[in-house]
Amino acid sequence: MSHVTAEKPPQATTEPRTIDLRALYAQTDIGSLLAELDHELVGLAPVKRRIREIASFLLVARAREQMGFSSAPPTLHMAFTGNPGTGKTTVALRMAGILHRLGYVRKGHLVSVTRDDLVGQYIGHTAPKTKEVLKRAMGGVLFIDEAYYLYRPENEKDYGQEAIEILLQVMENQRDDLTVILAGYTDRMETFFQSNPGFRSRIAHHIDFPDYDDGELLLIAEKLAGNAEYRLSDSAREALREYISRRRQQPNFANARSLRNAFDRARLRQAMRLTQREGAINVDDLVTLEASDIRASRVFDQDESPDNGTDRQR
Amino acid sequence: MRLTQGTFSFLPDLTDEQISKQVEYALGKGWAIGIEYTDDPHPRNTYWNMWGQPLFELRDAAGVMQEVHACRAANAEHYIRINAFDSERGFETVRLSFIVQRPSVEPGFQLQRTEEKGRNIRYTIRAYATDRPAGHRYFATDRKT
Repeated sequence: MSHVTAEKPPQATTEPRTIDLRALYAQTDIGSLLAELDHELVGLAPVKRRIREIASFLLVARAREQMGFSSAPPTLHMAFTGNPGTGKTTVALRMAGILHRLGYVRKGHLVSVTRDDLVGQYIGHTAPKTKEVLKRAMGGVLFIDEAYYLYRPENEKDYGQEAIEILLQVMENQRDDLTVILAGYTDRMETFFQSNPGFRSRIAHHIDFPDYDDGELLLIAEKLAGNAEYRLSDSAREALREYISRRRQQPNFANARSLRNAFDRARLRQAMRLTQREGAINVDDLVTLEASDIRASRVFDQDESPDNGTDRQR
Repeated sequence: MRLTQGTFSFLPDLTDEQISKQVEYALGKGWAIGIEYTDDPHPRNTYWNMWGQPLFELRDAAGVMQEVHACRAANAEHYIRINAFDSERGFETVRLSFIVQRPSVEPGFQLQRTEEKGRNIRYTIRAYATDRPAGHRYFATDRKT
């Protein structure tokens, strides 16, 4: 747990001359939230660091306010970029909770939308639709997944532009009513921002989600299994490690999402194995995933053509 | 004559901050907010015009206030009210309704007497403002279109 420290302001205009940031920290309960974040989300060091920075900043802003300094509400619109399955949505959900506990958003709910929820089908349909979504998100966080779909450069009559304009206006004028988080794959978001410079400048925090390394992925798989009350046998863990390094070489690798799919399929195989077995099964059998459950995956096929590795393997 | 309909109507007009707190209360109860306006404020006129769709799934009053401001801008010198609808089984009705804008001049109502058979008198009321066509009722001079 890192402690938040801040310089004392040069001159305070009201009575309290010192302020105990640590007490304020304890009072807002961010500590437990950040600890939870550390505990439940594997890896993502730069993301966690940025969240800590934002949390500290909001804390200091509150302290400044108590000391009588101006604290214009900071712009907290964010862009999450990263490869598939790196935890953008999960972190966005947390973000709503964090901002709420810090008192930055009033309600702390997350409204998650994609292009379909914002852009209409015909002329005059887009503005009411976008405004409706914005109204629902007020007091919380609006999360726009795969935001680059909003802008379709190939079609100049596309209504996405209209949605973008309304969004920009609200992001600028009603900063204290809602926080917008855009998410998408790194390269596509880059082109999106290039064609919509207004967006880039209105977003203060560009957070890049790095890919997980093999060790982190294994940890994630174990957490997944643990949450679903399963256990990996030692040989299964070894098989999974091999699975990860092989899966990574194949196309459509989606980090944690691939692992989740692999886990789901392993569960199916385990169930099949148990039902086909003779005799009684015990508790251990019910909760343990064996190496054979994992090694049955097509990822382990020797003579596999490289373009076969989709997430829809058997 | 000041129109007294709905909740809070004997209190001074609510400020925006107070309105927003009432809306917050209604949203907290899970009620859907609807905004309605009219220039025919007869007490038996329950069908005011809807300002857009009722606002479902809102969590915060800011979205409602935005619509209230838009409705005020479009309907100056009209009555505007906020209804909070409870969809819970057993209620399924408006639980809270209050006026958030009224015309600057409210001429009030006339008591009309109709004499019937046997010198019986029937009473009814009529808003003076409804002498004029809809859309021109509460303006000091006819609105220029």
